[in-house]
Amino acid sequence: MRSPAFWRIVILVIAVLTLEILCRTGIVDSYTMIPPSMMVVALVDMIRHADWFWADASYTFENIAVAITLSIVLGFVFGLVIHALPRFRRVLNPVLLSYYSVPTFVFYPLLIVIFGIGPTSLIVMGAMFGIVAMISSTLTAIDRIPRVYGKVARVAGMNTWQTALRIKLPAATPRLFSGLTLAVAYSVTGVIAAEFIIATAGLGRQLTLSYNEFDSATMYGLILLILIFAAVSNGLLQSWEARIYRRWYRS
Amino acid sequence: MTSDIHVALSGVTRVYPAHSGHGEMHALGPIDLSLRRGEFVGIVGPSGCGKSTLLEIIAGLAKPTKGTVMFEGAAVGNRVPDGVGVVFQEDASFPWLTVRDNVAFGLRSAGVDEAEINKRVDHAISFMGLSAFRKAYPSQLSGGMRQRVCIARTLVTRPRLILLDEPFGALDQQTRLLMGEELLRLWRETGATVVLITHALDEAAMLSDRVAVMSSRPGRFINILDTDWPHDRDSRIVADPRFGQFTSKLWEMIRDESKKAMGIQ
Repeated sequence: MRSPAFWRIVILVIAVLTLEILCRTGIVDSYTMIPPSMMVVALVDMIRHADWFWADASYTFENIAVAITLSIVLGFVFGLVIHALPRFRRVLNPVLLSYYSVPTFVFYPLLIVIFGIGPTSLIVMGAMFGIVAMISSTLTAIDRIPRVYGKVARVAGMNTWQTALRIKLPAATPRLFSGLTLAVAYSVTGVIAAEFIIATAGLGRQLTLSYNEFDSATMYGLILLILIFAAVSNGLLQSWEARIYRRWYRS
Repeated sequence: MTSDIHVALSGVTRVYPAHSGHGEMHALGPIDLSLRRGEFVGIVGPSGCGKSTLLEIIAGLAKPTKGTVMFEGAAVGNRVPDGVGVVFQEDASFPWLTVRDNVAFGLRSAGVDEAEINKRVDHAISFMGLSAFRKAYPSQLSGGMRQRVCIARTLVTRPRLILLDEPFGALDQQTRLLMGEELLRLWRETGATVVLITHALDEAAMLSDRVAVMSSRPGRFINILDTDWPHDRDSRIVADPRFGQFTSKLWEMIRDESKKAMGIQ
């Protein structure tokens, strides 16, 4: 019996090959989609020759990195603070639960007014997307920390911050991963989607430009690049999570 | 053994205030108890009689509603005094740290210098028989060994008062007996005063100089009995006929209280 990972790869290969055949035979026309092999060629070509590529890619990835860091760090700190204030948590709970039912993008005019058309707006949009997933996951993770750890901290005479950093953070880590994964995914989505509408640079803006100019090669090359980035970051987080689980729950 | 008072409890009472439709609950006390320096005292009582609450109050982890706890002449407030170590029933080893780092945890938090940490940790690890596992993670150890890690973590802080809240509650009988021996060895080596909370009458009888028997809720001391065992005792004391008599006496005292706690007439 092969592993699930093997079957996942088989399904992916079949899907890509099918798409390749559909595009090559003209069943899917070239205006709608180019064959996956051409997407790879377009991506490599873009990386090697497009004069805008490195500037726009670093612009986007820097903004994503800042948005992810803000989501994770602030999400964890807010989670700790909210957890320490149970009454405030009860008041805030409906907001946290329904946060993702509100289309955060409706606030983009407001972001432009406050932060202008620049990286700050993009970062704030990305962080707004990611932070609540991190807050919710921090709250759940801290709820599940064995109470005896708190007693150990008090016996050791640790203050609130020492307890947060040396006990709560590591003890919560395995259960923070669902929040980390979502915070990363939402921050990437937030930054790139915001670039579609409020940016003067970046891969999201290049994607919009290429679409408007019917430049399928660039458009699909960029889509492929963003998909690869999402898959790699997700894969890294998952393998880190698996390593921690192995160490914690070996028996 | 000197006879000076190391820990003194007077009128310790715990009442939980009424909330969410439940009335006020008198959980514990009043309790008066004096512990001599270097004494090993066991506390037994029926489930829910407030044994663990009492231990938390002695440790400074919980506040009494009334009464005071004095440790080395100073009142215990809302923090755990220096010189007090606590071992809990639950597995309190940290799964993200190796055995060695778990044992060193309290010392690192207290800012002790690294050379001193190494010396104390190596000694505690070898004393608790964990030398072969110093680089292992708790997930690679049995329940008994994890509890030994927690005891070693307390031992390195050189406590003068060791409080144990059913530390062997989750272990099998043989392991409990052997862990009991290790505890006696540790007690003799450190000269610390020890308070052991347990529901196991034989464990209290084997380990203690005195055994305090608690009533059902609100927990009060029904009696405090001297065991008169020699200082260098070990688990073989269970074969002594006096051990059986002592344990029976404990059971006689606690039987009616346990029935009351279970709602049996």
